[in-house]
Amino acid sequence: MIGRQQIPEELGRYALLSVALIYLVALVALPLVVVFFEALAQGVIPYVRSLLDPYALAAMRLTLLTAAIVVPLNLIFGVTAAWAIAKFEFRGKNALITLIDVPFAVSPVISGLIYVLMFGAQGWIGPYLIAHGIHIIFAVPGIVLATTFVTFPFVARELIPLMQTQGNDEEETALSLGASGWQTFRLVTLPNIRWGLLYGVLLCNARAMGEFGAVSVVSGHIRGLTNTLPLHVEIQYSDYNYVGAFATASLLAMLALVTLIAKSLLERRQPELRAGAARAP
Amino acid sequence: MSEIAQALPGPRGTPGPPARASLVRERRGFRVLPGFGLTLGYTLFYVSLIVLLPLSAAFVRSAELGPVRFWQVVSTPRVLAALRLSFGGALLAALVNAVFGFIIAWALTRTRFPGRRIFDAMIDLPFALPTAVAGIALTALYAPNGWIGRLLAPLGIHVAYTPLGVIVAMAFVSLPFVVRTLQPVLGELDQEVERASETLGASRLQTFLWVVLPSVWPTLLTGSALGFSRALGEYGSVIFIAGNIPKVSEIAPLMIMIKLEQYQYSQATSIAVVMLLASFALMFGINALQLWAQDRRRVR
Repeated sequence: MIGRQQIPEELGRYALLSVALIYLVALVALPLVVVFFEALAQGVIPYVRSLLDPYALAAMRLTLLTAAIVVPLNLIFGVTAAWAIAKFEFRGKNALITLIDVPFAVSPVISGLIYVLMFGAQGWIGPYLIAHGIHIIFAVPGIVLATTFVTFPFVARELIPLMQTQGNDEEETALSLGASGWQTFRLVTLPNIRWGLLYGVLLCNARAMGEFGAVSVVSGHIRGLTNTLPLHVEIQYSDYNYVGAFATASLLAMLALVTLIAKSLLERRQPELRAGAARAP
Repeated sequence: MSEIAQALPGPRGTPGPPARASLVRERRGFRVLPGFGLTLGYTLFYVSLIVLLPLSAAFVRSAELGPVRFWQVVSTPRVLAALRLSFGGALLAALVNAVFGFIIAWALTRTRFPGRRIFDAMIDLPFALPTAVAGIALTALYAPNGWIGRLLAPLGIHVAYTPLGVIVAMAFVSLPFVVRTLQPVLGELDQEVERASETLGASRLQTFLWVVLPSVWPTLLTGSALGFSRALGEYGSVIFIAGNIPKVSEIAPLMIMIKLEQYQYSQATSIAVVMLLASFALMFGINALQLWAQDRRRVR
């Protein structure tokens, strides 16, 4: 009896497992494989040549520059917000946490649009700025602003739950022993949150370098000037330069792979990080 | 730690400067940690500058248009079709992922198979892969001459450049939300209860329907709602595979983009406001759902 029942049960188990794996491969794994396959479709030389194209190099520079500005800005904000929210009680705290989440809920295109409405030629303060020679939309500052918006919850929402579970006891002890506020933060809080901080920075950086929709709205797609790597992918793709598009895409795919590997290493070191990441896109 | 030791008042055993100690004691009743005003002030300043001010620009702009013009913009057939595809496609993608995401989460938490770690890490790929990359990769894969498109074309199933392609791209971006929300809850479930149900003569299906599902469905709903919210606003991974045929495979974010390129700022903003209101409603709904799901788990 038991043997008879166990066979269909095992079969059902394998059938479900196969369904899960086929779905994952067709929807998630193959897209990654196809990027590298298409990039190398005509061999290594066209691949390398399209990466060394001056426009591709300019796009790489702009992407690195954007991340180099945005990630530190959002890192400082993330730590500051987490300190205020996790260490103190105040009214309106939940509203503030919700507000920090807003960029995750908003469409990337709308994230770009709101800055066009502020700083564009027909925007609120755009005409004034443009009259004084300050260009934000269709220029690098707009790209930085839009990227800041879409990536700014990452560090904060990683640190808030982490610091809340750690409580205030260690900091209070340090203070009562005479440490200054800054010393307490640097020598007590920072070592406790360092993995969470790194985790947030990792995700923030991946999104900052890969953001497409929001940047697409504010960039103006000027080759060599306001093109980031993801925009360069789009331009080459619409020029039917598939090797070039997938070659650029392969760089971004490698960034994604490195991010994922680093992420799972950090999760192995501190399993509770994973819980916080469940909501982050 | 050495700097704290240096900061310690006086050598060990001797009392430090009394002023410092009493200061801490006096403040204990209120706030012991420093920096509340500074950090909260900076947080509010930054949030206002980066989020509140630009977002309010969108609402003010659409209010300038007036309700009649607003409705005229939103109810044109092309915009309506785009909104319908964004909402309908995201809903279908969420439903498909509710089923497959559940199976995947179950497979990853309840079974052991070679390569499980790699498959588990793969779930996060849609988070990490830039959307433009995902977009062109999915298009290459599901185009009529692509690896998967080639297999489906003889069956008369065309994915790329159709609304079905939009749903595939939306399913790609929303899958991690379902799986990652479910995984911890499925892992926590007491398998003894399931075994008990089977010992008492329930079939696998009955056990699933009456024992497993009631305890995970708030979580399943939360994960699907998060995925829906993401798919609704998705742009980069959808526009390449969609083909963007007016009234057929245009999504709402693309309509905003098109209106912007035509310098129709007010029209673009009107569509954006519809989507923003939906996003905010979803956000509050999901927050409520999460609290409810947590409560239920705590009670059990």
